[in-house]
Order: sequence, then structure tokens, then C-alpha cells
Amino acid sequence: MAAPLLQTRDLSMHFGGVRAVRHVDFSLAEGELRCLIGPNGAGKSTFFKMLTGQLQPTHGHVLFRGQEISYAHAHEIARLGIGIKTQVPSVFDGLSVRENIWLAASRIHSREQTKRVVDEMLERVGLIEVAERLVGQLAHGQRQWVELGLVLATDPQLILLDEPAAGMTHEEVHKTAELVREINRTKALIVVEHDMQFIRMIAKQVTVFNQGSVLVEDTVESIMRNPQVRDIYLGKQAAA
Amino acid sequence: MNGRALNLLGLGLVGVIGIAFLVLIPRLFELDVVLELTVYMIMAILALSLALIWGYGGILCFGQSAFFGLGAYTYAIAVFNIGESTIPLLLAIVLPAAFAALLGYFMFYGRISDVYLGVITLTVTLILFNSVNSTAGPEFRIGSARLGGFNGIPGIPPLNFPGNKASPIDLEGMFYLATISLLLAYFGLRLLLASRFGRIIVGIRENERRAELLGYDPRAYKLATFTIGGALAGFAGCLFANWGNFVSPTIFGLAQSAQIIIWVIVGGRGTLIGPIVGCIGIQWLTTALGANQPSGGPDWWAKIFANAPLILGIILIAFVLLVPKGLVPTLGDLGQWLLSSRTKRAKTRLEPKRAEEG
Ligand SMILES: Nc1ncnc2c1ncn2[C@@H]1O[C@H](COP(=O)(O)OP(=O)(O)OP(=O)(O)O)[C@@H](O)[C@H]1O
Ligand SMILES: [Mg+2]
Repeated sequence: MAAPLLQTRDLSMHFGGVRAVRHVDFSLAEGELRCLIGPNGAGKSTFFKMLTGQLQPTHGHVLFRGQEISYAHAHEIARLGIGIKTQVPSVFDGLSVRENIWLAASRIHSREQTKRVVDEMLERVGLIEVAERLVGQLAHGQRQWVELGLVLATDPQLILLDEPAAGMTHEEVHKTAELVREINRTKALIVVEHDMQFIRMIAKQVTVFNQGSVLVEDTVESIMRNPQVRDIYLGKQAAA
Repeated sequence: MNGRALNLLGLGLVGVIGIAFLVLIPRLFELDVVLELTVYMIMAILALSLALIWGYGGILCFGQSAFFGLGAYTYAIAVFNIGESTIPLLLAIVLPAAFAALLGYFMFYGRISDVYLGVITLTVTLILFNSVNSTAGPEFRIGSARLGGFNGIPGIPPLNFPGNKASPIDLEGMFYLATISLLLAYFGLRLLLASRFGRIIVGIRENERRAELLGYDPRAYKLATFTIGGALAGFAGCLFANWGNFVSPTIFGLAQSAQIIIWVIVGGRGTLIGPIVGCIGIQWLTTALGANQPSGGPDWWAKIFANAPLILGIILIAFVLLVPKGLVPTLGDLGQWLLSSRTKRAKTRLEPKRAEEG
């Protein structure tokens, strides 16, 4: 078997008494698309923060292509090729859409290349019309697209998406699913999402988090039929 | 008109006004006015240094006067020892820059939070104030320069033309030097901010976490910004020591530090022209308040108006509460609003016509 792209070993994060992530052993193959689901507070975002250097794990290891990155700085991990779209959109609100994408593209490209890449990216995420607007003035859905554009413009090898479809219209959700599949032709992704329809549109393999631990890992079909998963997650939604 | 054209227009305007000022002032006014304006220009360079650090870099520095004072003292001490002024001038830029780099290294790489950054920089300048203040005795000397403690250092030899000690720069020459330096600092910073580096530091100011997640190291960019700001403030300090041929510890004091911040707040963060306008306006006001004691009227009225710090305080509070963005950005917003409401009206007038055509 080929070496995994990303691997965590016994990864844990405690906030005082709260054990947000506990002993997670996770593995992602090159080019894989994985969905990560789990109820609110299961530790999905915390897990992502440890993968990107935003949080230092309490203990355990993160390996990217075999290299230990558990205690690396966020910018170093980004330079290794992990990009993240955070749960609360993290963008440059006071700058134009174009400047946002430029800042991302400029990190890896030369001046002339950057210009071209920015135009292509604006086209790709459908923001050409609002390119000169301030990102802070855009609707939530559009800001999500800006962030997606930012992440893609740095050309990462592994892309983490934390609830990319949240706050989007039905049509936008479809568009996002399509984009995720397109990205997956060349890159590996981990996608956190609550929207089950969205998961069905994109998923092959699904990992379920519950109370900081991996509950089960399986194909999307079996996950949907799994009664335990229903109980902790889908059951709750149905009840709500 | 698009943003780019507007930008160029602004740049051109500043250039034209600057050159007109440079040419006309010495011809139109007596030497005392020229002297007064010279110190405004010098202080405006100091204002620009904080405009960069705080307004664009997002680094709240309460102790910008530390670098200003270091520049002034470095020049004074060096020129007494060396004589020819070229190296002292360079030292007055390099030493404050090195000091800023060292201080910045500990602050940014030590992950000091923004609030503490303000506290630390203020503390540093007050420590410098106290240290220099207590060097009054004759034993405190560096080479042939006596530090003079609270009495300061008088009779500082003026700058000379590079390499030629026999031709010092006279008072009118200082006006030209200060004004040209201000223009160069302004246009230089505009270039810097339009560069890749400048755009990235603004990105870091806007969202440091996002910049990190894109792969930029905010610490390195902040350190560079802080160092450039320290160098510029030091240069302004050198000019200031030349202007009065005198420097004293008050240059490090709380009043001086507060002034710089007030200039930037009043003029507007996130612009370069704003802090220049704020600096010149406030200095002019301070001078006017000090000079024009109103005769007649009730006595307390005169006292209030002669109390410049009180008036400055009131202005600061008024700006923070009523014009929080500062003068220049607010005027900019107003202009944009007028422009857009006009184009809207123009559009509504055009609409029916289009319908007829179609
Ligand atoms: N900085 C923090 N300090 C203290 N507790 C935290 C912190 N961040 C997260 N937690 C706690 O850790 C647990 C996991 O939170 P996390 O945000 O990772 O969940 P999640 O799976 O992303 O949930 P959601 O689906 O609501 O986004 C929660 O109980 C949360 O309250
Ligand atoms: Mg979350």
C-alpha cells in the first residue's frame, strides 16, 4: 500500500477539562476525498485546527507525507501544501475580492503569473462581476466562494473544507459539490459538512466523529444505514 | 473615473502642491515663518512613520518618539565626535532602525498581544526619557559629547553638504531639505505600499490568521514594517536636532508620544496624507493657541484657550467619538458618496431614453 498523504497518531486536544479530540488515528490516501461528519461539538473543527497549525495538540502526532507537522507554525504547514477553508469564513473583509485572491496567488506565483491566475480563479469561482467589491459587503454565500478561491489560488495538495455549503442556497450547494468533485480530480480533500444531501453528492468514504473520537469509518452507503450513526447524528436531526 | 485614475490624480496633486510649497514659501514669507514651517515638515515625516506602522501595519506603537529621540541623540553625539555630518546622519537612521528591529524581534516573535505591544513601546520610550534625564553630571559623556541630562544638548553642529564640512546647511536650506525629505518619504512609502510587500502587510493587518493560513509569516512582515518605521522616525529626529541645534529628553516624553498618535487619529489611519494633514494642522493650532492670548473677555476664557494640552485633548475626544475614521478617510467617503449619488441620478435620467431606443 502506498504511504498515506496525511496521518494522525493518537491525536488529542484538551481544553482544560474538555476533551475536544481524543486519541484519533486517521489516515488519508493521496488523491482521496473524505467526508467528516459528526454532531455539534464532536471535535471536527478542532481536528482541522491541529492539522493546520492553528492549535498545538495536547499530545499525538500529525504527519504530512511522512513529515512531522504537529508543532509546525501555521504558515509553514500552508507552505507544505495544506489549505483550509475555515468554518467561520476567514477572508480579508476590508479588501476587494480581487485583492483577496491576489494575496493568495501572489504567495506562489511570479508577478505576471499572479495576474493571470487571479483572473482565472475569479472566473472559476464565479466572482468576476463582484471582483472590485469589498468582501465585507458580500453575502455570506459569496464570502464562502471568496474563501474557496483564496484556498485554491495557493494550489495546495490537501484541501480542508469546514462546512463549505453552510449558508448557501440550494443552487449554490450544487455548484459547490460540483467544484469539490472537480478539485478532487487533482487534489486530496477532507470535507466537514452537516448537509447530508451535500455529502451524498460528493462522498465515497466517510469518517464519523463523536465526542472527540472516531466512531466509525465506512462508505457513504453503509454510514447512512448505520443505526449507531443514526442515533448520534441523523436521529438527532430527525428529532429536531 | 476608476480607482487607478483617482489614485494617480491624488499623487499628482500632492506632487504639485509639494513643489509649489517648496518654491513659494521662502519667497513669500519671512524667515520666522519658514522656520516654523520647517519643523512642521519634520514632524510630518515622524507622522508618516507611525502612519506606516500603525495605519498600514496594524501595529499599535505608543512609543514612536523612542525612535525619533534616538535619531536626534544619535546625530548629536555622533556629530560632536566626528565633525563631518554624513556619517552621523546615517547613524541617526541605522541605530533607531536596529533598535526597532531588536525590540520588534522580541515583541513579534514572542507573540506579544496587541495591547501589550502598546504598553511595551510606551514603557520603552519612558525608560529612555528617565535614563537620559538622569545624565546631567559631567561624567556622562560619550567621546566629546556631553549628554547633559535634563538640560539637553545645546549647540549641535548643523548638517553640511555631504563630504564638505566647510559648507553647512543654513536655515533656508533646512526648509528645503525638510520639505524635500517629506515629499520623498511620502512618495517612497506610496511605492512601498503599492509593492507586493505593502499589499501583504495590509493583508496581515486585515486578517493575520488568514495571511498565516496562506503561508505568510506575519512576524517577519511586521518586523520589517516596524524597522522601516523606526528608521524613518530616526531620520526625522536627526532633522529635528538640526532644526533647533538642540535636543533634550522631553523628546522621549509622554507628551511627544501622545502627539504623534493624535496626528494619526485626527488625520486618519490607513492613509498617508491624513497623518501629514493632522500633524501640520495640530501643530499650527498649538502654536496659534500659544501665541494668541485673547485680550479682554473673562479671564478664565483666556486661560482655557492658552491651555494647548486641554484643547488637544478635547479635539482628540471629539475625533474619536465623532470622526473615528479620521479627517481624510471621512472626506474621501463623503466625496465617494457625492459622486455615486450623482451617477445614480444621471443613470435614472438615462434609463427612459434607453427604453425608447430599445
Ligand atoms: N478554544 C476552545 N476553548 C475551549 N473549548 C473549546 C475551544 N474550541 C472548541 N472547544 C470545545 O471543543 C469541543 C469541540 O468543538 P469543535 O468546534 O471542534 O466541534 P465541531 O465538531 O466543529 O462542532 P460544529 O459542528 O458545531 O462546528 C466543543 O465542546 C467546544 O466547546
Ligand atoms: Mg466546527
